[in-house]
Amino acid sequence: MGNVPAALKHCLSYEQLTRDYPWLAAWLQREKVRGAFIFPADSRNAITDLPKFVKIVEVGPRDGLQNEKEIVPTDVKIQFIDLLSKTGLPAIEATSFVSSKWVPQMADHTDVLQGIHRAPQVKYPVLTPNLRGFRTAIAAGATEVAVFGSASETFSRKNINCSIEESMQRFEEVVRAAKELQIPVRGYVSCVLGCPYEGDIEPSKVTKVVKTLYGMGCYEISLGDTIGVGTPGSMARLLDSVKKEVPMSTLAVHCHDTYGQALANILVALQMGVSVVDSSVAGLGGCPYAKGASGNVSTEDVLYMLHGLGVETGVDLSKVMEAGDFICKALNRKTNSKVAQAKCRL
Amino acid sequence: MILQCRNTNSNTGTQETHRKRSVQQRPLRLAVIGCGRRIVFVAVSSVNPLPKQVKIVEVGPRDGLQNEKLTVPTEVKLQFIDMLSETGLPVIEATSFVSPKWIPQMADQAEVTQGIRKRPGVVYPVLAPNLKGFQAAVKAGADEVAIFSTVSELFAMKNANCSVEESLQRAEEVTRAAKAAGVRVRGYVSCVLGCPYEGHVSPDKVAQMAKHIYAMGCYEISLGDTIGVGTPGSMRAMLDAVSKEVPVDRLAVHCHDTYGQALANILVALQMGVSVVDSSVAGLGGCPYAPGASGNVATEDLVYMLHGLGIHTGVDLQKVMDAGAFICRFLNRRTSSKVAQASCRL
Repeated sequence: MGNVPAALKHCLSYEQLTRDYPWLAAWLQREKVRGAFIFPADSRNAITDLPKFVKIVEVGPRDGLQNEKEIVPTDVKIQFIDLLSKTGLPAIEATSFVSSKWVPQMADHTDVLQGIHRAPQVKYPVLTPNLRGFRTAIAAGATEVAVFGSASETFSRKNINCSIEESMQRFEEVVRAAKELQIPVRGYVSCVLGCPYEGDIEPSKVTKVVKTLYGMGCYEISLGDTIGVGTPGSMARLLDSVKKEVPMSTLAVHCHDTYGQALANILVALQMGVSVVDSSVAGLGGCPYAKGASGNVSTEDVLYMLHGLGVETGVDLSKVMEAGDFICKALNRKTNSKVAQAKCRL
Repeated sequence: MILQCRNTNSNTGTQETHRKRSVQQRPLRLAVIGCGRRIVFVAVSSVNPLPKQVKIVEVGPRDGLQNEKLTVPTEVKLQFIDMLSETGLPVIEATSFVSPKWIPQMADQAEVTQGIRKRPGVVYPVLAPNLKGFQAAVKAGADEVAIFSTVSELFAMKNANCSVEESLQRAEEVTRAAKAAGVRVRGYVSCVLGCPYEGHVSPDKVAQMAKHIYAMGCYEISLGDTIGVGTPGSMRAMLDAVSKEVPVDRLAVHCHDTYGQALANILVALQMGVSVVDSSVAGLGGCPYAPGASGNVATEDLVYMLHGLGIHTGVDLQKVMDAGAFICRFLNRRTSSKVAQASCRL
């Protein structure tokens, strides 16, 4: 380690160091280092210098089922969520208060929310695209909500029938109402690494939307690679941009596995300080933009990777596989999780 | 005030490896920054920068087809390999000179070796498990061979019907004969991150085996996660150990995707300086130890990730997908590549 005594070593985060020494970022840039890491002894720690704990947000019952063709009866949804509640998952997205005209799978949103056995310490956020949906959600007993924005203008218009700016105005109403009732709001940004209509999306566009949602009052912003086109390269560039405006601790990644890149993208996000990951048990939910292709990353595969890295999640993998097995039987489909496929020895 | 001290990388200190070292292997530079009373360390050469170029070793025609149930006629194999030869892949493992009693799929080894239209600049290694196989390979015109080793006694017994020591003796005979004939030898180590019979495998054992076959004369050592149980954590630990014994630019990774971890494991390997990756078009070749589960990582998914990272491979992804579509049509099976699934919009 050269001739500098260990006593002089001082371990700081990169963000803090560049705040204390503003010239440092430019100096490191000149040294052609992409993302310098500060660490005391072993440089190799940077590769697996990961958060000690990662929070998994389970989106199977909402994002997963929403994209499945077969309509799942309410009692099956409730049983499914109840199984997930026993796994240790800290957050389970239960349903969506959108118009059943647009998303028939979520027509039973009130019945589902009122029917589930809520485990203590587990959060059950629900989607509320507008004030009306928010009010219905609160009446049904919701204690946390989520709003969905997009980094792509075209996707916003096609998906929620309004511009990004108009959608932000709707969300502002929801957040204001939620604040009054002390209901936390999670923000989603879709198409962060690519759009099915616009193609590549500039990180600066994503950053702008993230900053707006954060400024409004969202406690967490989930960055969605909606069509799964991202790679570790584009993920790193995106996070490099976003972290300049919002703390890394408020960010989550929501990676789709359509091109098989999800776990690698998640790994890079973790290496850069993200500690919240969205996933869907059994990899439920295909990609509506590429028929036959996969969609959400499987919770089981994410857990396998995190546990193999020594990262704590509080989640029991075998119980998640049971829940996955249950819902796949109900949907009469094969699991998308490779871990489940390998362990079942089908 | 900035002092710079150089710290030699713990990998190796030889002149040869210094010369060929890629960016991420240069010695760790530690800048000691003093400002007022605070002195901090900033590491300015991290292991995170990736190789500019990665060599892909295509194992579909051998490792892939070997594990497919349907026996493929010789002319189809030849057409398949000829298509792969047009993709830019620099290395295509053509066949295996094992006894057809054990691997009927490879019974036409001589006809395949003699029948392929070898493209200039492309290497076509063949497996040669023993001296007899080597002699038959050379007679058939092979100019590069590969030998297989394992650290697991049980795996050696079940897979090659001999002990680890016996398999090494056979390998030694092959490498000696190959040296005499001016034929290059690639070495494989299997079960590097776990064994289907023995479970956990010690990184130090893998390192000693890699060192042994490197010393025998293998120009490259491919480290195989044979049952795909590895995670970025175990990959890192294993490469940490192996790279102390063998220069990292002589190492390749051969990851199976049985638990969905392959691309994340490959990413970590790249971050640690590995720049040779084995893969199989369409993810051909299941896992004989977990029926129904996937096996080799798909070349298409690997190329997609590498190109997204700005890494040069020389490979045309579309042509690889065409070769994948061709062989899957013949095998009457769906591709295991997610990129191919998404792109085909099946």
